[in-house]
Amino acid sequence: MFQSLSSALEAISEKLEKRSAIKKADVDHEIEKIKTALLDADVAIQVVDSFAEKIKAGSIGQEVLRSVTPGQMIIKVVYDQLVELLGGEEKHELNFNAAPPVSIVLAGLQGSGKTTTAAKLANRITQLHKKKVLMASLDVYRPAAQQQLQQLGKKIDVNVLDPIFGEKPTAISSRAIKAGRIEGYDVVILDTAGRLHVDETLMTELQDVCHYVNPTETLLVVDSMTGQDAVNLASEFNDKIELSGIALTRVDGDARGGAALSMRAITGKPIKFLGVGESVGDLDTFDAKRVASSILGMGDIVGLVEKAETVVNQEEAEKTTKKLLKGQFTLDDMAKQLGQVKKMGNLEGLINMLPGAKKIKPKLLEANVNEQGIARQEAIIKSMTIAERRNPKILNGSRRRRIAKGSGTTVQDVNRLLKQYKQMLLMVKKAGKKGMKGLFDMTGMPPGELIPPRFN
Amino acid sequence: MAVEESYKKNNWFQQLKAGLDKSRTRVAGAITDTFSKRKLDQGALGELEAILIQGDLGVSMASKLSNFIGSMRFDTEVSDVEIRRILSEEIESILTPIARPIQLKPANCPHVILVCGVNGSGKTTTIGKLAFKWRTEGKAVALVAADTFRAAAVDQLEIWAERSGCSIISGKPGADPAGLVFNALEKTHADKTDILIVDTAGRLQNRKDLMDELEKIVRVIKKINPDAPHDTILVLDATIGQNTINQVEIFKEAVNISGLVLTKLDGSAKGGVVVALAEKFKLPVHAVGIGEGIEDLQPFHPRGFCQSLLGLDIGD
Repeated sequence: MFQSLSSALEAISEKLEKRSAIKKADVDHEIEKIKTALLDADVAIQVVDSFAEKIKAGSIGQEVLRSVTPGQMIIKVVYDQLVELLGGEEKHELNFNAAPPVSIVLAGLQGSGKTTTAAKLANRITQLHKKKVLMASLDVYRPAAQQQLQQLGKKIDVNVLDPIFGEKPTAISSRAIKAGRIEGYDVVILDTAGRLHVDETLMTELQDVCHYVNPTETLLVVDSMTGQDAVNLASEFNDKIELSGIALTRVDGDARGGAALSMRAITGKPIKFLGVGESVGDLDTFDAKRVASSILGMGDIVGLVEKAETVVNQEEAEKTTKKLLKGQFTLDDMAKQLGQVKKMGNLEGLINMLPGAKKIKPKLLEANVNEQGIARQEAIIKSMTIAERRNPKILNGSRRRRIAKGSGTTVQDVNRLLKQYKQMLLMVKKAGKKGMKGLFDMTGMPPGELIPPRFN
Repeated sequence: MAVEESYKKNNWFQQLKAGLDKSRTRVAGAITDTFSKRKLDQGALGELEAILIQGDLGVSMASKLSNFIGSMRFDTEVSDVEIRRILSEEIESILTPIARPIQLKPANCPHVILVCGVNGSGKTTTIGKLAFKWRTEGKAVALVAADTFRAAAVDQLEIWAERSGCSIISGKPGADPAGLVFNALEKTHADKTDILIVDTAGRLQNRKDLMDELEKIVRVIKKINPDAPHDTILVLDATIGQNTINQVEIFKEAVNISGLVLTKLDGSAKGGVVVALAEKFKLPVHAVGIGEGIEDLQPFHPRGFCQSLLGLDIGD
C-alpha cells in the first residue's frame, strides 16, 4: 500500500536509465506517481500540488551523479525540497525570553498527546535547562486528566498545581501563573483539554486562557498520523491562538507523517519537538531530515545518495568506467572499489538504508559482505605483486599459499576472492553492453558477489 | 433492534449532520464549484478525485470513485447535485454491508469484549459509552482496567464505571494485564456478569513487544473460554489519515479484530478512510463516536454518513 514511492522510483529508474541529465518530459511523466506517494503519506492535497511544481523546477536539468540512478536523483530533489519546506537545518529551542515565569500553553485535539508531551517538556526543561517548572492541568472535562498530570509530575519530580474541584480553566491558569510568580518558578506549563478546532465554545475558552496568560510559547500538539484535516486543524488553532510552534507526537509509529509538512506549509510555524516514545525521556528536537525521510517512506536512500556523493570520486569513477567498457577490470580496480565501499561507512547501516533491506540483508551477510570480510579481501589483494594483480592467471598454488600467509588468511579465502573477481569481471563485461542498473540491482545479485558502485 | 429504535432516525441524522457540518460544507461546496461551472471532463473528474482525497478516502479509493463517475457517460451537462447523489449512493453501497452493531449473545456469560487501539484513539471513552448503553438496557456490565501502564488510566475508567453504574476490576500500576484479565474472567464467570469489557493500553501497531502483550491477553482469555473474546474491537480515530489502514492490518493479524469503532467524527475530519477500510477488510463498523458526552456513541448509519459527507439533504 505505502510502497508506491519506491515503485514509482523504480519505474523512473528504468525509464531514465541511460540519461545523464533529467529532462522535463521525464519529470512531467513521473511527477504524478510522486504526488500519489505524498498523498498516501497524508500530505494535504493543496500542499502536494504546490510542492510538485517546486520539484519539477528543481529536478529538470539536474545532472545525474555517476553513482546513483536518475530515479534516485529525483528522489534526492524531492527530499531536498521536503527538508527545505520543513525548515531545513534550523533548530528550535523553547523561548525563555520573557519575565519569569515563562508560560507554555499546550493545545490540540483529544488524544493527540498533550499531557504526555507536557510531562516530557517539563522533564526536558528541568534536566537540560536546569529550570524550576510548575505544571497545571486545565482539563476539567476528560475524566482523570488532572490525576494523569499529577501522577506524571510525581514521576519526574516536577510540581503540579493542586486541582480545585469545579474551578474553570481560566481560573486555573490565573492561579497557576500567580503560584509561579510567588513561588519562584521559571516556567509554568499549562496542559489544556483536548478540543476539536470546530468546537466554538471550547475554542473561545482557549482564546480566553491565552488572552489572560499571554504565553511565551503556544504549542499545538498534533498526532503525526493525522490525515488531510491537519491543514484545517492547524490553521484554525493558529488563527485563534497564534501558535509559536508545533509538537509532533507518535513519530515512533509507522505513519509516514505527511501532516507535518502540511502544517508547516500552511501555518509557517516551526515544528519544535518530536514525541518518539511513551517514556518521559522520549522527546527529540525537530529534525527536518528525519521527518522528510519518513514522508518519503523508502528507507534512507537519501542518506545513501549523500554518502555516495561524498565518497565516490567522480574522475576516478569515470576512469574506471572507461576501462570497464573495454572489459578491463583488474584486481587493482577491485581493491579501489572495496576501499570506496568501506569509506561509505558501516556496511550494515548502509544495507539498512536500502529499500527492501530486510530481504537482502541476510543474503549479503551470508555472502560475507561485512567490514571484516572486506578488510580481509583488501589485505589479500595487497599481498599480491603488481604482476599478479594485473594478470591473476599466473596465480598458481605456491603463489596463493604465499598470498594467504602474507594477508593472514587461508588459501580458501584467496580462492574465494579470485572467484568473486571472476564473477565481477563477467558481470562487468555484460554490463558494458547494457549499462548497470545501479544499486537496486543488488537485490538480484547472486551471493558471493560484492556491491559494485555504479558504472555506466 | 431495541438499540437502533432507541436512536430515532431523525435524532441520529441531526447529530451526525451537525457533527459533519463543516466537512459537509467543504466537500459539498467543492463539488458544487467543480460541477456547476462546466461539463464533466477530465479536468472536472480530476478535481472530483482531489475532493475525495481531501476527505481522507485515500488515493486509490478516490480515483476508483471518480473513474466510476467518469464511466457514467452523461449525455448532457450534469448537475452537481446529481453527481453528489450518484457518489453518495455508490459509497453507501460500499458501507451498507459493514454497518452492524455489536451482537450480544446472552448465552455468552459473560460476553467478553476486548477493546484495543493506538494511543489516544478513544478506547476508554468508547468503553464508558458502551457500558452506559448496555447498563440502560439492564445488562450487568463489568470493566477491566487492563491499561496498567498509562498514568491515571485506571482512574479514568473508574469514573466511567461510576457514571454508567457498572463494576470495575483493576490492579496495581504496572501489573501484568494478562493476569488481571484472567482474574476478571474467573470472577465474572462466577457472578454471572452479562458483559465484560477489557480496556487495554494504547499501543502503536509497530511496537512488536506491545502487540505480543496483546496477543498474550487473548491467549489467557482463551484458556478460560476458548470462544472468547466474543468481540475484539479496534478503536480508530477519524482524524487519522491513511495510517489507519496499517493499524487495521496489523491489529487484525495479531488479535483477529472482529469489528471497528470510529471516534471523533464530530470534527471536520470526514473519516473517509472508513470507505477504503470497508472495501479492503470488510470488517463491521459497530458504532461512531460523535462527542464527549456519555450518550455520544451512535450506530454507524451509512446513508446518513454519505449524505452528510456529500452535502445532500438528509432524508432524500
